[in-house]
Amino acid sequence: MELKTKVNAEAGKHDLVITREFDLPVELLFKAHSEPEIIEQWMGTKVLKFENKKHGGWQYETTDNGKVVFSANGVFHDFIENEKITRTFEMANAPFGVQLEFAKFEKLTDTTSKITIHSIFESGALRDELLKMPFAQGINYAHNRLQDIVARLK
Amino acid sequence: MNLRRDVFQAIADPTRRAILLLVASQSLTAGAIAANFDTARPTVSKHLAILTECELLKQQQTGREVYYHLNAKKMKEVADFIEPFRQMWDDRFNKLEEIMKNYKTK
Repeated sequence: MELKTKVNAEAGKHDLVITREFDLPVELLFKAHSEPEIIEQWMGTKVLKFENKKHGGWQYETTDNGKVVFSANGVFHDFIENEKITRTFEMANAPFGVQLEFAKFEKLTDTTSKITIHSIFESGALRDELLKMPFAQGINYAHNRLQDIVARLK
Repeated sequence: MNLRRDVFQAIADPTRRAILLLVASQSLTAGAIAANFDTARPTVSKHLAILTECELLKQQQTGREVYYHLNAKKMKEVADFIEPFRQMWDDRFNKLEEIMKNYKTK
C-alpha cells in the first residue's frame, strides 16, 4: 500500500519535503491552514497569534496540565489563498534554529488536492536533530487524549 | 582517511549510494564493484571501508575472495529514522481530512 503522507529527507542535505494528497477540494485544504479554529483541531495546539498576511506573525502553544510542552512561532512572507503560504518557523526552547517553510497548495481535481511543504534548515545537522526528536511522544499524547474522551463517553 | 561511523554521512555520497544499489542485487568482490566505476580502485576501496565501518555493508570471506553484501537490517534503520516524523504528519493530515470532510457536509 502506498503511504499517503510522504517525507523526503535526503542524506547530507539541509531540507525536507512533506507531501500529501487529500480527498478534499483545494479550497478546504487551504481553509484548514488559514483558520485558527481549524488549525487548533488538527494540530492539537492553541493558536495564540495568527496574522495571515505578508509580514504577519503567528504563534502556537500547547500546554499539558498548565505546563507549556510545545511552542512555535514565526512570520508569514506570503499568504496567497488556495496557492501558497511562505513562513518562517521556530520552535521555542529547541536547538533547531529557524526554518524557512514553503507550503504549496495544488488542485488535482474538483474534489482532490495536494500539499507540498518544503522546509529549509540552516544546516543538515540541525535537520537531522529535528528528525531524531521523539515524535512518538506527541503521538502518544494525542492517543492519551483520545482515550480520555472515550473514557468520558462510557 | 577519517572513517565516519554516521550512516547518514555514508549515504550522502553518490558513489557510495551507487555501490549500495549495486550490491543490493548480489554479493560482489571489491574488484567486481570497482569495475563498475571510473574512479580509481583505491578510492572505491575507501568507499567500501566507510560503508563497512558503518555496517551498511558486510564482508564475507569465500575462499580467497572477500565478498561484500548489503546489510538489510542497517538499511532499514536508515529508513526507520524518518518514520516517526512521517507518522506524526500522517496523523495530523488524517485528522485534517476528517475535520474538513465534516466541515463540507455542514
